[in-house]
Amino acid sequence: MTEKKKLQIALYWGAACGGCDVAVLDTNEFILDVAALADIRLWPIAVDGKYQDVEAMADGELDLTLFNGAVRNSENEHIAKLLRRKSKTLVAFGSCAYMGGIPGLANLTTREEIFTTAYLNNPSIEPGNRTVPYHETQVDGMTLDIPSFYKRVYKLADVVDVDYFVPGCPPAPDQVKNVILAVVKGELPPRKSVVGASDRAVCDDCKRTKEEKKTKHFYRPFEIIQDPERCLMEQGILCMGAATRSGCGVRCPNSNQGCRGCYGPLPEVTDQGTKFLSALASTIDSKDPSEIEEIISQLPDFVGYAYRFGMPASKLQRSHRS
Amino acid sequence: MSYEPKIVGFLCNWCSYTGADLAGTSRIQYPANIRIIRVMCSARIDPTFVVDALAQGADGVLICGCHPGDCHYSEGNYKAMRRFPLLKKLLKSYGVEDERVRQTWVSASEGQRFADVVTDMTERVRALGPSRIHATLLTDRLER
Repeated sequence: MTEKKKLQIALYWGAACGGCDVAVLDTNEFILDVAALADIRLWPIAVDGKYQDVEAMADGELDLTLFNGAVRNSENEHIAKLLRRKSKTLVAFGSCAYMGGIPGLANLTTREEIFTTAYLNNPSIEPGNRTVPYHETQVDGMTLDIPSFYKRVYKLADVVDVDYFVPGCPPAPDQVKNVILAVVKGELPPRKSVVGASDRAVCDDCKRTKEEKKTKHFYRPFEIIQDPERCLMEQGILCMGAATRSGCGVRCPNSNQGCRGCYGPLPEVTDQGTKFLSALASTIDSKDPSEIEEIISQLPDFVGYAYRFGMPASKLQRSHRS
Repeated sequence: MSYEPKIVGFLCNWCSYTGADLAGTSRIQYPANIRIIRVMCSARIDPTFVVDALAQGADGVLICGCHPGDCHYSEGNYKAMRRFPLLKKLLKSYGVEDERVRQTWVSASEGQRFADVVTDMTERVRALGPSRIHATLLTDRLER
């Protein structure tokens, strides 16, 4: 009867790119230990398993569900609710489930604009083709339905009760391992915690030399030859490190790229973008309002940078354009 | 009942709050639409406070500090000055109307100026009508 002792787990993706699933595979041979320790009951990207199988389970039958991806349509929400019911522990896995992620940037536009761009005006659409998906379609007197596309993107915790949050785009393989091991050993921190990350900022773990941050010009990474030893912000290259939780291993600044903010805000911070705004604005070396305006105009998409992974988790959550 | 805009005002302790106090002690009339929150310096006004006020239903947010060069802490208002245009850029991307959020300088001796700023801001926000941000966020929870 060793079968029964095995951990019952599920992995699922909502509105996601698949990178989080790959991060699980990136644990290399550890995944074989997972397979030895656990029965993977549902994992659409890697193993067979149908929604009906999940529906047939008893409530709470799954010990652990790692849910990656945001909630963009009715299917995402339906499965999120189903897995919530069937799981003892539900983890929002990765930046999309945790904060809305890259799909969350769609909250700056509308469903109508997205459909117009994707299905009507896209240059790659065959001329004359005007096929737009509808929730319900009549075919030969029968009604066919597909998941309905929501008017905005939600983070997982907006639709179900989430037990733990694992940030990262994708979560670092070591952190994935730690989370799974914590469940196996029953050593989980208090519910609702962010796990697999630290409580410090990325800057605290970044080895670059930090002196005074003053800049009159912002550069995109390809525009200058950077000093690999010195803080990127001091060189006028945007880096979200000051407003981002560490735990990733400082992967981006170590690869000469500014931090993108995927681990989300620091503990107690409620809005990552405005915190980054404060940090960034304080590096501007000017006391002249018109010069400040000029320096700021060098940032073509500030909102997209500040909320690259967290628009649905921000205070304003979405566009409020009328 | 006619629409009365709700405006949250963040005022620095040393100049603008004293200026507002002067408006009061001088019996200068200004609209009661503003709810004043005193902070020690305009640099203390985290942009998060502004987006939070808007998300919680404020129709407008006013930020006041000492005139440039007059900061009690020498440089605080310059920090506020650098943040503000970036905050405006952010709010514009979110589709928040330009006139809902304003930053200006009011000294301790400018009671009349404070009253004029509040009157002007109230009328501009009134002309815009109620902010829909709070209602939209509530509706989003119920309707997908």
